[in-house]
Amino acid sequence: MTVLEARKVSKQVSSPEGVLTIVHDISFAMNGGDSVAVVGASGAGKSTLLAILAGLDTPSSGQVWLDGQEITGLDEDGRAAVRSRSVGFVFQAFHLVQSLTALENVMLPLELTAVTGAKAKARAALSAVGLEARANHYPSQLSGGEQQRVAIARAFVNKPVILFADEPTGNLDTTTGSKIADLLFSLNESTNTTLVLVTHDRSVAQRCKRLIELDSGHLLSDLRLR
Amino acid sequence: MIPMVVFALKALGREARAGELKILFAAIVVAVTAVTAVAFFTSRVSDAFMQQAAEVLAADLRLESGRPLEINNSYTAKAHELGLRVARTTSFSTVLFNGETSQLTSIVGVSDGYPLRGTLRIANDLEGLGIATMELPQPGEAWADARILGLLGIPLGASIRVGSLSVRITHVLAYRPDQGTMFSALAPTLLLAESDIPNTHLLLDGSRATWTLLYAGAAHDIAQFQTWLHTYKSASERLVAVSESSEQLQRTLERATRFLQLASLSTLLLAAIAVALTARRYSQRQMSTIALMKSLGATQRFVFYVTALQLFVTAFIGAIVGIVFGWMAQSGLMWLMQDLIPTSMPPPRVATAGLGLAVALITLLGFALPPLLRLRNTPPARVLRQTLEPAPLSSLINYSSPLLAFSVVSYLLVRDWLLIGYALCGLFCVAVIFGLAGTLFVRMTTKVRGVAGVAWRYGISNIGRRGGESVVHIAAFGLGFAALLLLSVIRGELVSDWQRSLPRDTPNHFLFNISETQITPLNEMLASYGVSLPAYAPWVRARLVAINGISMQSQPRALTERGRAFVEREQNLSWSSKLPLDNQVTAGAWWNDNSQSSPQVSVATEFKDELGLKLNDVLTFDVAGETVNAPVTSIRKVRWDGFRPNFFLVFPPGVLDSMTGTFMTSFYVTHEGRKGLSHVARAFPNITVLDVGKIVDQIRGLMERAALAVQYVFVFTVLAGVMVLLSALEGSRDARLYEAAIVRALGASRRTLLTAVAVEFAVIGALAGVLAAGAAGIAGWFIAKHLLGVAYHFSGALWILGGGGGGLLVGMIGLLATRSVVSSPPSMALRGH
Ligand SMILES: Nc1ncnc2c1ncn2[C@@H]1O[C@H](COP(=O)(O)OP(=O)(O)OP(=O)(O)O)[C@@H](O)[C@H]1O
Ligand SMILES: [Mg+2]
Repeated sequence: MTVLEARKVSKQVSSPEGVLTIVHDISFAMNGGDSVAVVGASGAGKSTLLAILAGLDTPSSGQVWLDGQEITGLDEDGRAAVRSRSVGFVFQAFHLVQSLTALENVMLPLELTAVTGAKAKARAALSAVGLEARANHYPSQLSGGEQQRVAIARAFVNKPVILFADEPTGNLDTTTGSKIADLLFSLNESTNTTLVLVTHDRSVAQRCKRLIELDSGHLLSDLRLR
Repeated sequence: MIPMVVFALKALGREARAGELKILFAAIVVAVTAVTAVAFFTSRVSDAFMQQAAEVLAADLRLESGRPLEINNSYTAKAHELGLRVARTTSFSTVLFNGETSQLTSIVGVSDGYPLRGTLRIANDLEGLGIATMELPQPGEAWADARILGLLGIPLGASIRVGSLSVRITHVLAYRPDQGTMFSALAPTLLLAESDIPNTHLLLDGSRATWTLLYAGAAHDIAQFQTWLHTYKSASERLVAVSESSEQLQRTLERATRFLQLASLSTLLLAAIAVALTARRYSQRQMSTIALMKSLGATQRFVFYVTALQLFVTAFIGAIVGIVFGWMAQSGLMWLMQDLIPTSMPPPRVATAGLGLAVALITLLGFALPPLLRLRNTPPARVLRQTLEPAPLSSLINYSSPLLAFSVVSYLLVRDWLLIGYALCGLFCVAVIFGLAGTLFVRMTTKVRGVAGVAWRYGISNIGRRGGESVVHIAAFGLGFAALLLLSVIRGELVSDWQRSLPRDTPNHFLFNISETQITPLNEMLASYGVSLPAYAPWVRARLVAINGISMQSQPRALTERGRAFVEREQNLSWSSKLPLDNQVTAGAWWNDNSQSSPQVSVATEFKDELGLKLNDVLTFDVAGETVNAPVTSIRKVRWDGFRPNFFLVFPPGVLDSMTGTFMTSFYVTHEGRKGLSHVARAFPNITVLDVGKIVDQIRGLMERAALAVQYVFVFTVLAGVMVLLSALEGSRDARLYEAAIVRALGASRRTLLTAVAVEFAVIGALAGVLAAGAAGIAGWFIAKHLLGVAYHFSGALWILGGGGGGLLVGMIGLLATRSVVSSPPSMALRGH
């Protein structure tokens, strides 16, 4: 079943040098449980494409279907509803709320949708990433790897259909990075989510089932690895 | 909805530690404290002042008539219907005898309930100040002025005949509230029970007497009754209301109130600026979190409500705290005023607390709404690209929302659209000018980089680099300083005007009925009590019979109550070659040696206005049967509050000299000298001595307290100014932290950084201060002249104070507030943000 499909997606932005096309006519589809790595040089348009696919941003033209719904036809709040229901995120810069504890950060998506039993679910998610002992610590008291594990727990806590990760290991050293990647892939397996992963790290990219390469906003290649 | 509220409150708990919410809270507390303190205070004090002024009438309203007023007429019925208290007095003059000695006396018969305002004081010896009493003379009894006993030489307890009635004098009447001052008090008073008046058989048909109805009650009932009486009373009946009776008190109260209103408006404005700055900062800081929440699926509505609720709850708690503080501050003010405020004060009004809450919430709404609306539009893609920001709002919302809120709150505070109009126009001009000046200046700083030292260069270049923010700072500090400088100059002018109007040696005694031959011996006697040569003013009584040859009965002009009094009552005419003190000619010219030989008259503005006179109108007076014609050659504005003999009508010498007038004078005598004045009364029995020391003291006390209150409220304005400073600094804290870390990581010393910060802020502060001084000078002149009616003195000190003070203050506070930024290890800042 297709959970994500992009059709002729383009994005243009205005800059001092005039209108720039930073994503060109990109089309592709993903089935449930699949995982894809998006690679390319810095400035190739990976984050821009990810934002469009996840409904964080709108394309200048083209359509995107996410979890059976055309998100390009929705308004901001409509897309927000789709995100809260079907999408999880992991970011390069972790993006934990500094004033919240680890547990509270994980509870955030549940609180937003007023799910009952938020605390228990959040605890479960934290222990799934091995951080139950640090539940009441603030982000500033955690290392980068630990912060990213909290972010991963937060991404999985409401059982998303699809997970978007933008360079989740980019801010971490190689060892920690590969541990985070392990965690991400094993959760991806066990919960059967679909994974869209932007990364510069070839070894992380190789672990995906599929590899998409961008160059200056163009889709250069789309390889199935396994 | 419920989960949203719960979420917002939880998040608030976590956010509470953030600096900007603390400042928002403090700004609201200060604003609400000031606003409620002033409102509590002015409402209570104006009630008290009115009460005090009402004392002069012994009532809130008096209806005087030359004919007997029926006891149970329709007026009384209406008054009872409105729940007013009613009392009556009957007064007339008669001569009392003791053997050969006689004394013209004012007989006053009073009904139960008299006085409705103020209290009688009685004494048991001639010198005593007396003690307050609730009693009244019983039938067969009389209370007499000490002067009656002294002049007639009869002891307390003796009986005296009043017409065919014999009464026993049981007490010395030391004070009655409506005894009046000046001319009305020429004859000493004998107070009787109303029921004894017919028994004197002195009031035959057509006797000259005044029958008075006294009314007292709640202010709005009185106002209603007053309008009713105006319509139904007969033309010969005269209505006297409190506001006319005590211009001095009234004016002091009005000015003090005006100032307090200005102060609370300024405080409000400053607090609003602080609210706007903190809300801006709040939305800036929340932006990333909001983007994250949106990426996790939060709707626009949700994030708007959550953020709005957080600010709302902060403001709400701030308002409650402010109301409590305001009430406490108000108690402090009341304590300052305690000996001036007579009896029990009405409790502070609950509505005032509501006012505080409304002020807080409306201010928040108006000033925080634009940043919150913008925050709501934060693009969720900001989680991937930190530089993404919501599009700026249309300037319509950006400016109209605060403007509207400020207008509404101002109206709640001062209920005076004219004042608010001035304030808004002034604000608008000042904001635009400051904004432009700030922009110009920021542009300039990008050019002057070559100046001494790295710290200076870095500091100055910071102003240019943070261009937009620097302009906001310059405008915000400028407005803040302008408000503070403005209030302090106005306050200075007001207080010194009060002090000028009643200097220490303000006359506290009047002498009447002095004959020309007594002046020299009197002067000698007065000199021995330390009084040096007072000025004597001659006067005669006369009636105005015609204007430009048209008799007063046939004048077409409809007259006011007061105008009729000018026509119907005898006027006091004086003459002088020199323009008397406290007088200022506003039209025409005062006579000189050559021009004063012809008959002419100078009239006071009140007289001119009431009768519609112009220069060269010819007034005809009947002076003891003789007719005097005099053209009006000058109009004088008279300061009546100087406690010196002053007259509506003044002639040049030579016109009235032949009439048998008497002289009056006023002078200041020290407490010791005062005792000697009883010798004056004994040596010159015809001279009436009137002691107005108590009135002068009362008014002076009132002014001093009003001045103190004005200073007191000013403190809140200063506090609100500090809030503006803090909130402005808080706004750039993160950026500073980060930059400081980088610059230090690159090897700059703490000293260099601190100097740079000091330079940056001092320059901004100095510029804001200079701009503020200019604005305050102009606004101060306008307010002093047009709103308060006091003189204004431009002073260069304002500029020095503004520029120097502004630079120093902002530089220092900037240093203090950013010290931690500079001191924290660079690594922390670089890692955390
Ligand atoms: N809103 C925007 N305005 C202007 N330019 C933009 C905007 N968003 C993206 N760009 C530009 O589009 C290009 C692609 O940006 P994007 O962030 O998608 O690259 P990326 O592949 O994620 O790079 P990196 O690996 O460095 O993260 C860049 O050159 C970027 O500067
Ligand atoms: Mg990127």
